[in-house]
Amino acid sequence: MIEIAGTHPSDPLDAKRALALLARADHQTLKQVWDGLPAKPQFRKIRGPEVGLVMVKGRIGGGGDPFNLGEASVCRASIETDAGVIGHSYRLGTDKAAAELGAVLHALWQSDDHRQHIESTLLSPVEKRAEADARTRSQQTAATKVDFFTMVRGED
Amino acid sequence: MYVAVKGGETAIANAHQLLADRRRGNRELPAIAIEQIVEQLALSVDRVMAEASLYDRSLAALAVKQSRGDLIEAIFLLRAYRTTLPRFGTSEPIDTARMQIERRVSATYKDLPGGQLLGPTFDYTHRLLDPDLLHDTPVEAPAGRTDADEPVMRVSEILAGEGLIEADGELPADHVAGDLTREPMEFPMTRDLRLQALARGDEGFLLALGYSTQRGYGRTHPFVGEIRIGLVDIELDVPELGFAVSLGEILVTECQMVNQFKGSAKASPQFTRGYGLVFGQSERKAMSMSLVDRALRTQEFGEDVVAPAQDEEFVISHCDNVQATGFVEHLKLPHYVDFQAELDLVRRMRAKHAQPHDHQEAAE
Repeated sequence: MIEIAGTHPSDPLDAKRALALLARADHQTLKQVWDGLPAKPQFRKIRGPEVGLVMVKGRIGGGGDPFNLGEASVCRASIETDAGVIGHSYRLGTDKAAAELGAVLHALWQSDDHRQHIESTLLSPVEKRAEADARTRSQQTAATKVDFFTMVRGED
Repeated sequence: MYVAVKGGETAIANAHQLLADRRRGNRELPAIAIEQIVEQLALSVDRVMAEASLYDRSLAALAVKQSRGDLIEAIFLLRAYRTTLPRFGTSEPIDTARMQIERRVSATYKDLPGGQLLGPTFDYTHRLLDPDLLHDTPVEAPAGRTDADEPVMRVSEILAGEGLIEADGELPADHVAGDLTREPMEFPMTRDLRLQALARGDEGFLLALGYSTQRGYGRTHPFVGEIRIGLVDIELDVPELGFAVSLGEILVTECQMVNQFKGSAKASPQFTRGYGLVFGQSERKAMSMSLVDRALRTQEFGEDVVAPAQDEEFVISHCDNVQATGFVEHLKLPHYVDFQAELDLVRRMRAKHAQPHDHQEAAE
């Protein structure tokens, strides 16, 4: 979707995309990418990993004024690498280890040395999988679309 | 005066041990896994999330397992867990217009942009028990179709184009959405607070109230404009980053109920609306919620409150099944002293009753 060569941590759109994909990467994928790193950075925890809640808002009538629908569990973590880069991660659910891995990988994504690697081994595959899943779901739903036909009765 | 009575520790410990045994059941059968509950009892999980007002599939499944499938107990467990957690913030309002749609039907238009998408529905099944499910019979992969990629327009937008229906729902400009989990309930309530209460309200209670409006107890002449079920993105504004971060997707069900007209000397008649939005896949709940939402707008439309479903304080005060079960079930806890007092009272009344002459004199 987005040019890999063009991704840049200071571009909010790229940063949003990276964090969204880190939030969608499952624990196993994050672990594999971490285990596969040629050199693992040292880091210290700044905050968390910790589990908390986010109040999810809806809109009256779908597009009107907001109301509080209910909460969702969220796990977050912030770390700082030895190189002084701060990484954050926010994801639905209560998987603290995944949140911490996400924050470390977010920090690596921000450093020029690692960005390509994180992009090609993690962000890009997760994005492709999410798009493929969405496409499959949408095609399965489309197969349940009703095609109406009209029965002509009698003569006019 | 309270008299502390101690005892029962051993009985309680043994009762809990017995509960654990009965929950596990026959040890020759494999224990049910949380993932199996999430995957195969998904609608129980959805109900627990909706009424606990906490979206987390794994925790809801754990609650279902721990409660032996008693869903109100599971809801109670998840509500209790929620109180142990800090709140990180409030999401951006979810955008159901951009939902990844799993099901979408309208009862008001046959041919509408996006079409009627039946999705994984029980509708049109014959409701015959399926003996195949007695065994682990292989299930075919669902069919796919690639030619239908039309945007799925809201039915309310179709009607709004002609001005035939009221707007989505606006509150005063300076109004901040209230939160029942932070502020005590006060009546009368604004519609945002009512919707929060209904979204976490008991499905059975709202179903019965919605049904009562159809049977004439506060009629609102409803049509299902649209039901849609699907995934929506959750975004949280994160101050340290300076922008909203996507946390992932959640499944929700939305119902747009179209109801009969309201107009005035100044405004032309137009359809009114009821709205339902629920965590997970639950159109029964979303439909009931939208019927009750519309019924509770009675006074806003200058109609008379004549039926239970229109009585805000009655509906909102009794729709929470954790509160309801707490108060009903507390009756089984020891009331020995209260009951002694009542016993004493009824004995004295009976003694008085046995002397009718004296009683009459006393009365004179």
